[in-house]
Amino acid sequence: MIDCVENRLLTSRRGLLLGGASFAAWAYLPKFARAADRHDPRLIVVILRGALDGLSTVGPIGDPDYAGLHGSIALTADGAHPAIMLDSFFALHPAMPEFARMYRDRHAAVIHAVATPYRDRSHFDGQDVLESGYAGPGRVQSGWLNRALEALPRGERVSSGLAVGPTTPLVLRGNAPTVGWAPVALPQADDDTAMRLVELYRHRDPTLASALSQGLQLDKVAAGEDMKAKRGNAVAQMRQVARGAAKLMAADDGPRIAALAFDGWDTHANEGGPVGRLAFLLGGLDGALAEFESSLGDRWRDTVVVVATEFGRTARINGTEGTDHGTGTIALLAGGAVKGGRVIADWPGLKLADLHEARDLKPTTDLRSVMKGVLQDQFGLSDRVLAETVFPDSASARPMKGLVT
Amino acid sequence: MARDSQAALVALNRFGFGARGGASGDLVNAASDPRGFVKAELARANGMLLEAPGLQSTPQLGQAVFAYQDEVRRAREAAKAAAPAETPSPAPTEPNAGLRRNPSLNATATAGQMAEAKPADNGTKPDAMQPNAAAPTAAKPAPLNVIQKTFRAEALARLQRATLAECGFTERLVAFWSNHFCISASKGELARIWAGAFEREAIRPHVLGRFADMLNSVEQHPAMLFFLDNQQSLGPDSRAGQNRKRGLNENLAREIMELHTLGVGGGYTQGDVTSLARIITGWTFAGRQGQLGSPGSFVFNANAHQPGPQVLLGKTYEATGRAQGEAALADLARHPSTANFIATKFVRHFVADDPPPALVARLRDVFVKTDGDLKALAMALVDSDEAWKAPLTKMRSPYDFLVASGRLLAQVPEDPSRYLNGLNLLGQPLWSPPGPNGFPDTNAAWAAPEGIKLRLDIAAQIGARLGNNVDPRDLLEFAAADAASIETRKTIERAESRQQALALLLMSPEMQRR
Repeated sequence: MIDCVENRLLTSRRGLLLGGASFAAWAYLPKFARAADRHDPRLIVVILRGALDGLSTVGPIGDPDYAGLHGSIALTADGAHPAIMLDSFFALHPAMPEFARMYRDRHAAVIHAVATPYRDRSHFDGQDVLESGYAGPGRVQSGWLNRALEALPRGERVSSGLAVGPTTPLVLRGNAPTVGWAPVALPQADDDTAMRLVELYRHRDPTLASALSQGLQLDKVAAGEDMKAKRGNAVAQMRQVARGAAKLMAADDGPRIAALAFDGWDTHANEGGPVGRLAFLLGGLDGALAEFESSLGDRWRDTVVVVATEFGRTARINGTEGTDHGTGTIALLAGGAVKGGRVIADWPGLKLADLHEARDLKPTTDLRSVMKGVLQDQFGLSDRVLAETVFPDSASARPMKGLVT
Repeated sequence: MARDSQAALVALNRFGFGARGGASGDLVNAASDPRGFVKAELARANGMLLEAPGLQSTPQLGQAVFAYQDEVRRAREAAKAAAPAETPSPAPTEPNAGLRRNPSLNATATAGQMAEAKPADNGTKPDAMQPNAAAPTAAKPAPLNVIQKTFRAEALARLQRATLAECGFTERLVAFWSNHFCISASKGELARIWAGAFEREAIRPHVLGRFADMLNSVEQHPAMLFFLDNQQSLGPDSRAGQNRKRGLNENLAREIMELHTLGVGGGYTQGDVTSLARIITGWTFAGRQGQLGSPGSFVFNANAHQPGPQVLLGKTYEATGRAQGEAALADLARHPSTANFIATKFVRHFVADDPPPALVARLRDVFVKTDGDLKALAMALVDSDEAWKAPLTKMRSPYDFLVASGRLLAQVPEDPSRYLNGLNLLGQPLWSPPGPNGFPDTNAAWAAPEGIKLRLDIAAQIGARLGNNVDPRDLLEFAAADAASIETRKTIERAESRQQALALLLMSPEMQRR
């Protein structure tokens, strides 16, 4: 009990409040194996919390079953907001023109039908698996990125110390010291949290439901903005965090490895297709990727950004124009160091028999193989370290080759 | 089991500050013997007292303020002397200027940010790595003066006690009586530095003692005499009144009857107010010169006391000096209106906005029969059926909410800033109610739209800050176990992140109602 309290106090002392995004980085410069060729690699891991609908972000519009399953929110090659064709089979959500440009320039890639080894559908447990790097939930002492850092020879300490830090995402928590930064918090709870609470109150506490609804309304009037603009705030915040993080990482003595998390991807209802809620969020993510590129400047050349989420969503839309918790989804790679311009997928198909438990996109690629491939190519970590320390018990998930130039 | 969990929820939430997280086992312990769990704290000898290293007595603190004021004055005079004669010196720092505000506002960023601005520990240009959007370390806060430091230390000691208490019933009683006999720190420097000491010295020792003793301690405490201006009140026929051509200030006398004892409509007249004001003339505290006694301590100044007997509520009080007022207070404490007023307020606080009349009547009788034994009053409440059967409909006050959250998260505060800022934001600044009637105690006050939205914002901030480190599903077990509603359970399980789940848990009816 005492230990527990003290640990939390330490965390709280470093704590800074923030909205839906956070960033943390390694406190030291790694001494890279590849210093000889003047390659100075950078890695940014972006966690999308809430489970991204991979089928709505990169739609397999060449699959004959896609349109039927994803129904009103499916991407299409035509219409008012056509998706951007990545090849003859996959199309990118129209809210992501920056990623499309990087893809065309061969600096971005998609891995489809990917998942962690986790096969249940709890966000918390799924995020634990994604970030801890262990094969199952319940191991939350350290994250795989932190253990990867521990395996790197430690160079100089990043001297321009950051005084205050956000909560470190689990992926970067552990023994290797890290630093954090966050934009001054937008102090308001987000709409999604507020709506969930209104819903709970509506069932359990009508007085509070009415009070909170009025309070939210007042708030909106006071701010003089409608819901759309408020969502825009979340988007602006993603860009802001990305810009800040990239500026830190662009410095000569800045961190080379960082992780950040964006919330809000749990699109159970009114997910929207080419426009709507998911489109807003994807626009924010796209903007964040563009901020990384522009703010990293010359360093973008040596950078890999990995975007991953805890699991995917159902192949078939539910009764509320949204999708429920699923399994297979996508991971995105972006950056000057990415060997891009391709969608990497062992496509399982969307026929009922091909779906995982007859409902979810079946994962055919282990997300750990992607992460291991990036870590190996960028930082020269050995198969053994990757299979035993960074992603324990993952020998079967071999590092994916050739993701990085 | 379900019933026991429900009773445990009553024990912890109605009477206490909610279950503590971690390995406390509070809910299980409370479920096995709900009444015993609540009463256990009352049995602890001196459990109501609060002593922490560095907390000083009222006279010591008064002397610290006088010394600080002298220092400010000297600095101002020195600045004036140094300034060229023809230009007026820049407005010197008024000793009061910065202190009307809560010191926490000076010490840290704005309330909304609630961030601890902490300089970089390596001392190298903290801004260098700050992107333009953020400069949390840019403004270096001015060093705290003795008044601010004291206020924060007192607040921290109180918060730590509330966070660590097993049930928290004693601390809830302290908060109740402290609000009943409130002063406001915003009255001025002395009130601010004395706010914590007032509670420690005048309230705590009597929370499980006699009402009459608490009343007497409160009305003779320098903080109360300062807050309600009695140190300025002079008997018109006293020597000081004659010399200075000044007279009564009825402020304290009126509030003693209206707010502290009989209650409005409790059967007193304007004549009684004036009479009581005369009776307590001369109740003051020694000033910086110490002519009357040790600076900052209570004194009875016979020179300011109205001579002669006085009639109050039909009874004549002979001219016995200080004892005249003490006799009057003793009778007020024993008055039937007081018993009724206190019992009603007590039940309204702990049970329901519309207090069950039978329970009020029973507690009133206990108050009368025991001559205002406050421990007996508390025990009678715990022993009543009503207190266990009434649904948990009361809204937690902001203080209760923040303390309950800290307990559930097993966060023992080591800096009061977050709490003080949160209380400011939510409209319950610590020891600074808007008037002598204290903070309101009804749902209308604390379940207002704006307040709920702000609570949600704070809950979301706590979620963002601490959600990483906890499993909200476990916390729901600690907080309510199977007394939690299915809807709350599902809302938490379905949240898209731990951060969001924690915010929703803190805002759930199980955490908001008591």
